[in-house]
Amino acid sequence: MSAVPSFASRALRHPAFVIGAVFTLLLLAAAALSLVWTPHSPYEMNIPGKLQAPNAVHWLGTDPFGRDVASLLLVGARASILVGVIAVGIGLIIGTALGLLAAARRGWVEELIMRVSDFGFAFPAILSAIMLTAIWGAGMVNAIIAIGIYNIPTFARITRASANAIWAREFVLAARACGKGSFNITMTHVLPNIASVLIVQATIRFAIAILAEAALSYLGLGTQPPQPSWGRMLSEAQTLLYQAPLLAVFPGVSIAVAVLGLNLLGDGLRDLLDPRLSRKR
Amino acid sequence: MLDVHQLTVRLHTPRGLATAVRNVSFQIARGETLGQVGESGCGKSITAMALMGLLPERAQVSGHIRLDGQDILALPERALCQLRGNRIGMIFQEPMTALNPVHRVGRQVAEPLRLHRGMSADAALAESIRLLDRVGIDNAARRVDAYPHQFSGGQRQRITIAMALACGPDLLIADEPTTALDVTVQKQILELIRELVAERGMALLLISHDLGVIAQNAQRVMVMYGGNVVESGAARDVFAQPTHPYTRGLFAARPSLHTARGGRLPTIAGTVPDLIDLPPGCPFAGRCAATVPDCHTNVPPQVATQPGHIVACSRLDHIGEFLPTGIRA
Repeated sequence: MSAVPSFASRALRHPAFVIGAVFTLLLLAAAALSLVWTPHSPYEMNIPGKLQAPNAVHWLGTDPFGRDVASLLLVGARASILVGVIAVGIGLIIGTALGLLAAARRGWVEELIMRVSDFGFAFPAILSAIMLTAIWGAGMVNAIIAIGIYNIPTFARITRASANAIWAREFVLAARACGKGSFNITMTHVLPNIASVLIVQATIRFAIAILAEAALSYLGLGTQPPQPSWGRMLSEAQTLLYQAPLLAVFPGVSIAVAVLGLNLLGDGLRDLLDPRLSRKR
Repeated sequence: MLDVHQLTVRLHTPRGLATAVRNVSFQIARGETLGQVGESGCGKSITAMALMGLLPERAQVSGHIRLDGQDILALPERALCQLRGNRIGMIFQEPMTALNPVHRVGRQVAEPLRLHRGMSADAALAESIRLLDRVGIDNAARRVDAYPHQFSGGQRQRITIAMALACGPDLLIADEPTTALDVTVQKQILELIRELVAERGMALLLISHDLGVIAQNAQRVMVMYGGNVVESGAARDVFAQPTHPYTRGLFAARPSLHTARGGRLPTIAGTVPDLIDLPPGCPFAGRCAATVPDCHTNVPPQVATQPGHIVACSRLDHIGEFLPTGIRA
């Protein structure tokens, strides 16, 4: 057998993965940079200098309050990542645990978990998020929880479906024939075999969470002023679309690039993590 | 050592209750090999699963399965887990799928040792190298770190054998262990199993649809049809004198060197009975040339044609005259 090419060398030959990784790293770098440095303070208003076009001082111009758009975008990236990480984390941890439980126990436990998940699915994501923020009040924490709760049934379903497929495999029967209990089998046999599915799903859900946060902020239910957020920047730019179209373009492009990058990354990971594909070539 | 008495298993299927195994009884002693023959769906694998306590949860089971006097069917799940892989080992049909693709083989062989013997990771790994070496994996010390896809089918079956034998079980169940392998590898694997059974004095339940495999390896044979044992006895006797119409049909359907070129193999007319509404009488009645109306309604008696050679048929006296028309050329 020829030497198996390393993960890195295969990854570099996968264009979607490379582009996705670059975009995602850009997003992370922007958020990290904003922690230590921004061109200007994102909170500092300067009414006389409002709505400037991009120039040497304000690289991407200024908004209606004279704040520096480049600085707002950098700090806004932080909100997007925070929402993505926590919301996906909530869905991943709780949803995966429920899905694994459903697959391991079968019977009425599985039925119960899946029917409750169906109930969660019946509401469109944004609608349920609006409902939850309407109950608990608008704000980033509530937006994160709302998006996270929406992610739980998604992960529960994907986990259960993939785990059921693994439970039907002969090596699980072999493990049971070796005397392993169902918790033990879940941890050593089922979870490692569905990890790649979950990783891929997590990157895609991450992108969806960013979009959802932007949408909620756009509707005024997410991140609250003065905390910058790409979604709210979009909604504020809306009223000035004729005077300063670039104000809408920059956050729009940022959201698009982040979501596209994460989706490409997810697609790339799906190809690269498939053990069958890693043997070929 | 293993005593199965009147085992009956009914499974829930979407179409109703299917009797997969009916009134099956057999014993296996230490060091002995019992061959179980029959076509797909005759209840061979379900019997094996019942021995492991791995039947689907809603299966209805009656009878006894005693391992050294302990009734397996009465044990709670926790006690069963301690039995499986420890006192009962199992080898599966598909070595390609019986190993987890994401773990190194050494770890997989070591797992039962850690579970049942409470060995440390290092000790279990050292033991699994010894086991892999014993089952004929070359360079075992280096290969323990390899993943299943880096082995051939025959080697993988050797690894699953090492896994099943790790804790030195008293009873080994081999469910079609060589069906997925090519013929030369098949011979090597069977030789290995035979050696190990002799070496460790295990009891072996060898399940196969391949009469040749059974003839070469088993001391006693049990022929199953439609969930019932239709004929059982010493392998020598059964192979020398197949008596039940089904067994005869099975033997007649074997290809041999004498079969004319381009000639068709004899087949048994009809199809396997539906396990969901199995007729109350003989399961083979619908396909047997010697059938009389009684066969459909009455359970055939167990007739001993010679000591230990039992045939479940009520028409033994008449089979001879009917057989030629019962087998279609």
